Amino acid sequence: MNNLLQLSQIYKVFNEGTPDEKVAINHVDLTLQKGDFVTVIGSNGAGKSTLMNLISGKMIPDVGQVNIDGQNVTLMKEHKRSRLIGRVFQDPMAGTAPSMTIEENLAIAYSRASSRGLSRGVTKKRLDFFKEKLSTLHLGLENRLQAKVGLLSGGERQALSLLMATFTEPKILLLDEHTAALDPSRAELITNLTRDIVNDTHLTTLMVTHNMQQALELGNRLIMMDSGQIIFEADEEQKSKLTVEKLLEEFQRIRGSKMNSDRAVLI
Amino acid sequence: MFTAIFSSVEAGAIYALMALGVYLSFRILDFPDLTVDGSFVTGASVAAVLIVSGANPFIATLAALIAGFVAGCITGLLHTKGGINPLLSGILMMIALYSINLRIMGKSNVPLLSEETVITKITTFWTNLNVDQAVSGLLTSIGLVDYIPKTWGILFFMIILAFIIKGLIDAFLKTDIGLALRATGDNETMIRSFSANTDSLKVLGLGLSNALVAFSGALVAQYNGFSDVGMGIGMIIIGLASVIIGEAIFGAKKIARATFAVIGGAIVYRIIVSLALRVEFLETGDMKLITAVIVVSALVVPKLVNQQKERQRKKKRLLASSLKQNDHTYEKSGEQLAAVKSDL
Repeated sequence: MNNLLQLSQIYKVFNEGTPDEKVAINHVDLTLQKGDFVTVIGSNGAGKSTLMNLISGKMIPDVGQVNIDGQNVTLMKEHKRSRLIGRVFQDPMAGTAPSMTIEENLAIAYSRASSRGLSRGVTKKRLDFFKEKLSTLHLGLENRLQAKVGLLSGGERQALSLLMATFTEPKILLLDEHTAALDPSRAELITNLTRDIVNDTHLTTLMVTHNMQQALELGNRLIMMDSGQIIFEADEEQKSKLTVEKLLEEFQRIRGSKMNSDRAVLI
Repeated sequence: MFTAIFSSVEAGAIYALMALGVYLSFRILDFPDLTVDGSFVTGASVAAVLIVSGANPFIATLAALIAGFVAGCITGLLHTKGGINPLLSGILMMIALYSINLRIMGKSNVPLLSEETVITKITTFWTNLNVDQAVSGLLTSIGLVDYIPKTWGILFFMIILAFIIKGLIDAFLKTDIGLALRATGDNETMIRSFSANTDSLKVLGLGLSNALVAFSGALVAQYNGFSDVGMGIGMIIIGLASVIIGEAIFGAKKIARATFAVIGGAIVYRIIVSLALRVEFLETGDMKLITAVIVVSALVVPKLVNQQKERQRKKKRLLASSLKQNDHTYEKSGEQLAAVKSDL
């Protein structure tokens, strides 16, 4: 079985039965093959973050099924599911523990897939591994293992989060606008690191972004979401031909036609 | 004077165990756990009742520790499974424990004066070693006849015990579970994304914290010679005072340093209180007020000192830079000075 992530007929509604009722995800199907790197774009409220939360287990769908590597995880608790899923959040502060040292944070990430016991977190063997991995970031963090993570800059913390999310090679990597809160040069650094890491590890990745350029630069597939649905999909070949202008055009075309049809209904 | 300080160091070492428990919940888990006021007495009453009924005092103390663990776990469950806010779940448990403690003891006070306790056992053991005579003889020979306490044994054992517990906590907080526990207090979103069950970690942390508190309560009851249903009132503040004073004096950069600071803080707190009570004007009933004042000053004074330092540093730097500027541009000096002034 090569379908690492399979969402079938996912449906999620917020505030059901109240005037604020909102269908966040409307019968979405999505399948990621092993090694796929899919970028997700869409305007605010399109359902991108909800989709991420449904995959990570922070939310549970009202209808539908989530499969990871052939295993039905629809009702699996968030913390259990996170053995299979690496996540990097938008907020650089969210992915690391600020009052703990770099090595302690890495040790926490390292024991993600095993059950935690009373053995020492930071061992000599692990330290060597941490140093080797940190040096791939080229930020000199391998020389600051004892530094508290709260002292690092936003870019450094996000790079560390990215490393922590990926170095145990989870089944799925979820990136939720992980460069959006950084300044342009830092964002570029993280974008490049993401590309390198995913290229090296062939992680099956789903990345939400607001940046169309980034969505085109990274990954082999692209999907566009609106009102809880996938309204446009580009496979590897189509994606290589896309430009930001074409993407915008496409977006307006679909959006526009939908608005027209809405008007037709209203009139 | 010396006797007063001596006994406060002794008591401080016993209360240090309680303070280490408060450190676990308050600092490590970032959970202001008021269960402490109740679980301290639970420890005291369980130990007292068992000792009176003839149990081995060491086993009685161990039972107290387990009772505290259970109490802490229940607070944790109220918060995580019941979804009750941390402060409220602690208060609820504290109130519930008041009645439970009365039930355990069957009355509001259990005296232990004529019983064999951990403290009397230590004293007997120590006396048989004949170390007291040697130490006291040494003090007498250098002319400090007034400064001889009854026994050095309790002080010695309690300090050793506090440091053993400190060592265990330090080691535990470096294990995989310990790291996950610390991360739970530091960044819950993060640790959940690394497959840790924050609910069970919180229950575990609160259990361990209250186990230490009850352990300390059991020893305090045996040290004072009674267990009383009101002995836990304000215990959380005493624990906090110890943690905060310790951090202010000894620092808390690393875990090992922080736990050392908690023990130091507990002892310093006892010394301050006993010195304060020697002031003619103050009475025993003022102790809680003194505690509150100590905590407030331990919280505020370091901040003021830092602010003052920062101001001095700024002042220096600004003056230096404005002087340098003055050498080149005389016409701007007025503006420069005005800028400096407003910054100050």
